[in-house]
Amino acid sequence: MSTKPDTRTDAGHLVDVRDLSVHFELRGGTLARLFARDTGTIKAVDGINLRLRPGEVVGLVGESGSGKSTLGRALLGLVPATSGSIRLRDQDIATMSRRQLREIRRVVQMVFQDPNAALNPSMTVEEAVGDALRVHGMKSAAQRRAGVVEALERVGLSPVELFLSKYPRDLSGGQKQRVVLARAIVLNPTLLVADEPVSMLDMSVRAKILQLMLDLKKDLDLTYVYITHDLATAKYFCDRVAIMYLGRVVEIGPTEEIFATPRHPYTKALLAAIPEPDPDKMVPRDLPRGEIPDAAEPPLGCAFHPRCPEAVHNCGWESRDLRTLIEEHWLRTDAAAYDEEKALIGGLDHLDTPATTATLGVGGSSPVRAILDRMKVEDPDEPLWSGVQSIEDSEPGVTVSFEPAPSPPLRRAGGVDVACVLYPDEGP
Amino acid sequence: MTMDLTDQTVAPAAGEPVISARDVRVWYGTTRGAIRAVDGVSFDLMPGETLGLVGESGCGKSTLGRGLMGLLPDGAKRDGEVLFRGKDIFSLSAKTAYQMRGRELGMIFQEPLTRLNPLMRISQHFEETIKQHEPNLSKDEIRDRALEVLRLMGIPPTRYRSYPHEFSGGMRQRLMIGLALVLRPAFVVADEPTTALDVLVEAQIVQILNDLRHNFQTSLLLITHNVGIVAEACDRVAVMYAGRIVEQGAVTDVFKNPQHPYTQALLRSTISLTTTGLNFIEGAPPDLVDPPDGCRFHPRCPDAMNVCATKNPVNIERPGGGRVECWLVGPEDQIPPGGQQPLKQEELTVVDEA
Repeated sequence: MSTKPDTRTDAGHLVDVRDLSVHFELRGGTLARLFARDTGTIKAVDGINLRLRPGEVVGLVGESGSGKSTLGRALLGLVPATSGSIRLRDQDIATMSRRQLREIRRVVQMVFQDPNAALNPSMTVEEAVGDALRVHGMKSAAQRRAGVVEALERVGLSPVELFLSKYPRDLSGGQKQRVVLARAIVLNPTLLVADEPVSMLDMSVRAKILQLMLDLKKDLDLTYVYITHDLATAKYFCDRVAIMYLGRVVEIGPTEEIFATPRHPYTKALLAAIPEPDPDKMVPRDLPRGEIPDAAEPPLGCAFHPRCPEAVHNCGWESRDLRTLIEEHWLRTDAAAYDEEKALIGGLDHLDTPATTATLGVGGSSPVRAILDRMKVEDPDEPLWSGVQSIEDSEPGVTVSFEPAPSPPLRRAGGVDVACVLYPDEGP
Repeated sequence: MTMDLTDQTVAPAAGEPVISARDVRVWYGTTRGAIRAVDGVSFDLMPGETLGLVGESGCGKSTLGRGLMGLLPDGAKRDGEVLFRGKDIFSLSAKTAYQMRGRELGMIFQEPLTRLNPLMRISQHFEETIKQHEPNLSKDEIRDRALEVLRLMGIPPTRYRSYPHEFSGGMRQRLMIGLALVLRPAFVVADEPTTALDVLVEAQIVQILNDLRHNFQTSLLLITHNVGIVAEACDRVAVMYAGRIVEQGAVTDVFKNPQHPYTQALLRSTISLTTTGLNFIEGAPPDLVDPPDGCRFHPRCPDAMNVCATKNPVNIERPGGGRVECWLVGPEDQIPPGGQQPLKQEELTVVDEA
């Protein structure tokens, strides 16, 4: 956006995340390890670029499993980066030692989702908030108390004397989250990573905590990374929003632009799915099918294509999509037809290995072809068929070949960046 | 009774209510005294109707759902009258109540993984449920019936013999709904069925719940804290605060023209895509061991009058249909002289915050 400073220069960024990946190795069982079987990698964060300007609120939005929390934790060095860099001013968090990380946490702090789990039940409010000061070398108890009192007053827990000696069990959910916020700001950080800070709270309290976070931002010149699955609070709270899916950013840009003109089909789906308290609005009918897939074996091509209502021929169709389609077809047939077709098609489990070709059927190529033809007639608009390059006989069944397609990169499209084949590059 | 698979529109709820609750109360015994979690709740549920029970945590909505099912923990007591097709289910013997659960009264829980046996295949879950209540069915009939329900839930027949861990979160919730519905109960309580799910999956489940009335003619009590889900999936709504239903009526009426200040505040505090400012309710819900006199919302109510702090509000007909209990709505002739003066409120601080 022209009204905001250019994001493509290095200057003036508080945090600069480049090509960050966080991968987790799957350990597998003892036997698998004994025979050195490859059990796979989860790419929780897969090549992400993100820059934060001072004073900005950036939202990381996505479903569970999208990698938004892992990205947030990586900003504090809580999970090791597999590759890439996280530059905070002149230092790289991705390569820091534990000792250096402890120092950096004066500057970067985290607010956790569940205030019940984030507070030690055997520590009073004063101990919980003062502990951060103690860890960072403030030896004098009187000084610590002064710091705690100031932080508690800032988060609205006053009169402070009433709260200092309270345990978490004596506090309500909203008060606990205020204590968590006090602990995060007591060291005077510049960046706060807030991981779903209000999603465990009741509706009537959520707004209050969000307002408090906005006040803190103004008073303390904070920069926020706001991690959430809730687009409604992100819309209100964030300056910029990054929509994440399966470890990647699929759309990123200024909040107004993303909400006014969502471009990626996933963003559109998330927006349509929010239950609005408006009785005139009906349940949306064209929702993406299925759920976020297994991150250990993400879909080929665009990771969202199996669920995408706008998918086209070059989205990366593959064997597992064919399985889903056949199973959906069997949801519509009656029991007798299912038994008959099942006997011709045979097992589907071999389709779970991702590939752009799929062999199918045990009952001869022409009856299997007939079933596929029936499926095509049943739902001619199904985009998978446009991605089929050929169906060849391979007794006792057929081989279906799909058009191979790469995962689309983030490209500029009208003020935002979108990773979708529907938005080819606008050019420089 | 046959299951209707076509998407025909159901005739408007007519005739006798399936569930008719009158003055239901549930207490939990504690060392501090009895917690009156549900304190005099009345509502009717028509055949094929979905009633949304909405409120904040601690308002008693889950307790009410469990109380109706007879699934309260030890140390809880219930009172009142709940007529199910004319029979009072609160006065049934333990054995009869056990037999009714599942077959006539179904329940859908929040966390499906903790409710499915990890060592049993899905087929076994369904077979056991059906056999328990309909011992005369043959093996094939049981299988057909289970597969029919699974199909309506969007679970392909190829997955019939899988184990719970092989399903995703949304699929497991569909399995739970399928298990609750396979015996075709006339009344189902769904306690926060979508809270643990992602927004897209939540929308899918809401859609399934919305279709229940077409596919199963089931009456549904949908317990949720999300007013958006109520707006999308329910015919009527009951707003609960501190153990009482403070307002109930058709969703369109109540959401477009909320009468009770709590309903107004709850709707206002909801952050939605159209939110342009943050609103919240000051203070916290009361301690249910010793709730405030008069209207329980009066200490937090911006429009409280003198009468609200002293006299219990009367449950009256809501303008536009439904029920509401608030002195602002009426009846005016029962307000004592001077009662309409604004109440002098104590300052609410974070000390009292929820």
